Amino acid sequence: MKALNKIAVGILALIVLASVFAPLITKYDSVKIDLDSIKISPDSKHLFGTDNKGRDIFSRVLYGGRFSLSIAFIAGIFSLSIGLAVGLLSGYYGKKIDMVVMMFVDLVLSFPSLLLAIGISVLFPPGIFTVVIAITTVGWASFARLIRGHVLSLKEQPFIEAARSIGCSDIRIILVHLLPNCLPLSFVFLGLKLGGYLLTESALSFLGLGVQPPMPTWGSIISLNRIYISSAPWTIVFAGLAIVLTVMCFNIIGDALRDKLDYASSGFHSINSKIKYQKSKLWKKIFSN
Amino acid sequence: MSITFITFALIKALPGDPVLSLVGERANPETIERIKKQIGSDKDFLSQFLGYVGLLLKGELGRSHYTQRDVAKDIMEKFPNTIELAFGAMVIAVPFGIMLGFISAIYRGRFFDRLASIIAVGGISLPVFWIGLILMYFFSLYLKWLPPSGTGSIRFIILPAITLSLPAAASIARVARTTMLDIVEQPFIKTAKAKGLKNRDILFKHILKNALIPLITLIGLDFGSYLNGAVLTETIFGWDGIGRFMMEGIIKRDYPVVMGCLLVGTSAFVLINIAVDMIYHYLDPRVRINESAK
Repeated sequence: MKALNKIAVGILALIVLASVFAPLITKYDSVKIDLDSIKISPDSKHLFGTDNKGRDIFSRVLYGGRFSLSIAFIAGIFSLSIGLAVGLLSGYYGKKIDMVVMMFVDLVLSFPSLLLAIGISVLFPPGIFTVVIAITTVGWASFARLIRGHVLSLKEQPFIEAARSIGCSDIRIILVHLLPNCLPLSFVFLGLKLGGYLLTESALSFLGLGVQPPMPTWGSIISLNRIYISSAPWTIVFAGLAIVLTVMCFNIIGDALRDKLDYASSGFHSINSKIKYQKSKLWKKIFSN
Repeated sequence: MSITFITFALIKALPGDPVLSLVGERANPETIERIKKQIGSDKDFLSQFLGYVGLLLKGELGRSHYTQRDVAKDIMEKFPNTIELAFGAMVIAVPFGIMLGFISAIYRGRFFDRLASIIAVGGISLPVFWIGLILMYFFSLYLKWLPPSGTGSIRFIILPAITLSLPAAASIARVARTTMLDIVEQPFIKTAKAKGLKNRDILFKHILKNALIPLITLIGLDFGSYLNGAVLTETIFGWDGIGRFMMEGIIKRDYPVVMGCLLVGTSAFVLINIAVDMIYHYLDPRVRINESAK
């Protein structure tokens, strides 16, 4: 499966680079209306065709990637930072702080995540930051819970006791001893979560709660062209493919990172940790005599 | 209770005045005052909240600002549709997911396993609103086999149920595969083999039965999230459930409707989680033994 991981990294890099360098790749404007070329099916001039306002879908997908990807990344970094801070404090200090914080975490996790994100994003005027806030509000809790659990197990280890006995302050223990030990875990978890954030972002844009037209995002391209599905299906196919491909790459890379971390340390809970690296085939194992 | 408070605070903080969106910008001040009194938005936040809790205690959810219909009654009418859709999705997702997962565990490392795991990653990466539209285009607009949208006979439920089931089937397949591989490593499988049990008996009695325990948790959680995650699917396919009801409520700023749907949806989610815990307790004797030892 190593080859698959490499392919995923390659495709993801390609998608990210294509979005970043969108102006160099496509000569069409993603926003400007061109009434002379309405709903042209994909050909050599318009690679993905054009929509009902004559805009080139290829450039809209490229520019849309800028919004969709950056929102997912920013929301991911925010969730990670908040979750890391909350998890470290709550796991290290324990007792009342832990109780209150975990109550909040449980509360957030007891809401169905998409509903909560929708609820948050209708609070603010639609735009990039609203979506980031909505995804972060839902996302920090699972980071916090994961990090707190990890800190609880780290706290019992001898090196923390050693640090305490030579007189390190709480802040020093948290920042110098606990934080670096939590970073690999949280970045792997971020890798696993990014795909989901991208899906949430596109769902919110699809519902019209995200970045507003005429600015494209992958979700809003699909949403705006929904009504032309019978006359111009290409308008929604390619934006959706972009979402699927990107999220798939995130998930494949996330899985690969998790397996690697599993193998390196046993601190991360996963079902397939032990078996992953045993070479023998299952069929032989159960059914050989 | 805390869920009630938070959803209430959230909803009340919504931008946009319900009264204005109800009567239009040009209504005269007297009409606005009258309607404000009628829906109670002239009072302050706390008394509005207490009033709502009072209603809840009486078993009511208030009336829609728009249609003046009883929200609880509307939800009671639409909730069965959502449950029906969720069941339809489960009926498709569970057998397909478990079969895919187990077959790929049996052929571990071979071509079929690789193909299945790529399909499964693809499944959890699908945006439901997109795959729903693609299915709708292909089966109802292109092939004209199934109706594109609406609620009604069994023909209407097929497309939305498939749409909703795809990500779930994929995640069930992934968990089924890893669970089964995990169980095979356990000592009791070795014991069973040493006892000379037939392969078929080992597979069905020992492996499948144990693998069902984590799967039921996942299926339960999925079912709970369907009752809510159906927002997108119901909106696309015009399915008359609470997901679409809530979406319309959000667009029209019809707070009692949004509140009611969020409350019912979230409570259903929490109740199902509790039910799953209880089933888990019943199915897995190890959990019971651990707890009684404490």
